[in-house]
Amino acid sequence: MTFAIQLEDLRKTFGHTVRALDGVSFDIEPGTIFGLLGPNGAGKTTVVRILTTVLRADSGHARVLGHDVMTEPDEVRTLIGLAGQSAAVDENLTGAENLWMVGRLNHMSKDQLRVRSSSLLEQFGLTDAADRPTKTYSGGMRRRLDVAASLVAHPRVLFLDEPTTGLDPASRADVWAMIEGLASEGTTVLLTTQYLEEADKLAEHLVVIDHGKVIAEGTPATLKASMGATVLDLGLADEATALRAGEALKTVTEKAPVVFASTVEVNVNDGPRIVTEALRILETEGIAPTTLALREPSLDDVFLALTGHRAEVEPEEKAQDSPSLDGRRQRPKRGRS
Amino acid sequence: MTTTTIPVPQHSVGSSPSGGRAYWAVADMLTMTKRNLIAYTRVPEAIFFASVQPVMFVLLFRYVFGGAIPTPGYHYVQFLMPGIFVQTVAFGSISTSIGLAEDLHKGLIERFQALPMSRWAVLAGRTTADLCRNLFVMALMTAVGYAVGYRIGTNVAEYVAGILLLLLFAYALSWGFAFVGLSAPNSETAQLMSFPLLFPLTFASSAFVPLQTMPGWLQGFARHQPVSIVVNAARDLMSGVPKPDLVFPPFTSVVSTGRTDSTVFWAVVWSLGILFVLAPVSVRRYRRRTL
Repeated sequence: MTFAIQLEDLRKTFGHTVRALDGVSFDIEPGTIFGLLGPNGAGKTTVVRILTTVLRADSGHARVLGHDVMTEPDEVRTLIGLAGQSAAVDENLTGAENLWMVGRLNHMSKDQLRVRSSSLLEQFGLTDAADRPTKTYSGGMRRRLDVAASLVAHPRVLFLDEPTTGLDPASRADVWAMIEGLASEGTTVLLTTQYLEEADKLAEHLVVIDHGKVIAEGTPATLKASMGATVLDLGLADEATALRAGEALKTVTEKAPVVFASTVEVNVNDGPRIVTEALRILETEGIAPTTLALREPSLDDVFLALTGHRAEVEPEEKAQDSPSLDGRRQRPKRGRS
Repeated sequence: MTTTTIPVPQHSVGSSPSGGRAYWAVADMLTMTKRNLIAYTRVPEAIFFASVQPVMFVLLFRYVFGGAIPTPGYHYVQFLMPGIFVQTVAFGSISTSIGLAEDLHKGLIERFQALPMSRWAVLAGRTTADLCRNLFVMALMTAVGYAVGYRIGTNVAEYVAGILLLLLFAYALSWGFAFVGLSAPNSETAQLMSFPLLFPLTFASSAFVPLQTMPGWLQGFARHQPVSIVVNAARDLMSGVPKPDLVFPPFTSVVSTGRTDSTVFWAVVWSLGILFVLAPVSVRRYRRRTL
């Protein structure tokens, strides 16, 4: 069997100091949805750029359906579709013209393209808007058109870089349904996301990267299981109280509670029972929580557990992560250690 | 690990039944040109307002400053318009840097880089679209020139040759501005970076005033820089050469021979020189971002 995607010890440094990828390896089986998770700046987009021949790795190997992305970029380009982080549509062109452009640049014949374009517009609910310039489109419509454009030439492997970032919940659900539909037709999908919920819903297999390294790998179920079934979130009056509460609650689970500012988080498997017990313990300590919630573990919890730091979203980093500029400028230096 | 590979589809680069690499390079270039031209038609006001500025220059120099500028051998409007034409198309070529910076900023370049298209088509399509845009603007400026009293001093064939020369020069500049566009963080900056490059070239030239009115140190620069050379050639082709006894100095040696082909020759040499130096530099800049 040929893997859809193979990465072997991929490394990439921007400038001399910013190590974007520090030896990333993983394989993806064809016809699956594969989730690449990580906080902003983890290296997700760099992996996608290298695999889509937009960027060259410093060392290591990357293959798409057996073709080396560095020595056979032309072959790779005929096999892939890319929907990058910013919805890369030409806003002066109509939806149909955008698909025409991408189709022609994929060297499709005009007849082939006409049929394909109208069926994609139909499939993505853009038929009515097909002849309107895309500057009149909503964010969700643009994103759908962007994904449609990446599908014009029937790619065998599709790269979706944070396809739902900035979408409203309804559009997000649309994109999810579309991705599932593609995978059921045999397309391999590499999806990057910051949302565990999204990866959980779609991906059969996940890789979590941070600081350019793979820090966890597995199915969504195994990753979440490592977090405990639920998270007990307690808000307290101040940091000192939170530290006292964290200390007191050490007995309720195997994993130590995590104190963060004036909050305490406990990963638990048996939520309701633990809540009762926790409240009893706090009462004997004379501590009254200001808020209390039981919730599903999030990607944030995965990061906290795996790396000991939060997957904080830094707004300026987000802005610099825009996919258009060249490598040296786009990869921000991060303040985290 | 396995060594089997999935064969590439029929419509791949170089392996298509309907043509080879060169065929697709041209096809991609035409697709990109068409895409850019469609975009121009969607924002007609952009071209309209871009044309307002040269018209203002025509009015300013023709009616405000013109009376104070002695141009031996020419009526000032005959002297001015070829200069305005060169200035207009030269500044028009800045749109190449703006367009490419915009494509880069919006992630379109990244999309193009992941497509099996010819690598140089992105730049060639942009510069060709901007050539078409300049052709349109020149038609407009010809009408404006006629309205303010400009008359062809040679014949229609030479006038058209003059326009082609201007467009060649602007096309060469476009390839240079492609580099600026690919280096700028956004389209506004691309525009701001382009202006200081062109401003001294167009104003410290023979476009608006005769060179001998300038201080000596400036004449040295102005006489030998490409805009002056192209302006002089355009003036020769469009307005005609003044009589040798009315010495008009930019190309004294050339003008005194009474032949126009020499100014034109050097203008073509400069334009092709700029093209052949800057186009590979810009293509390299584009390719450096990818494989």
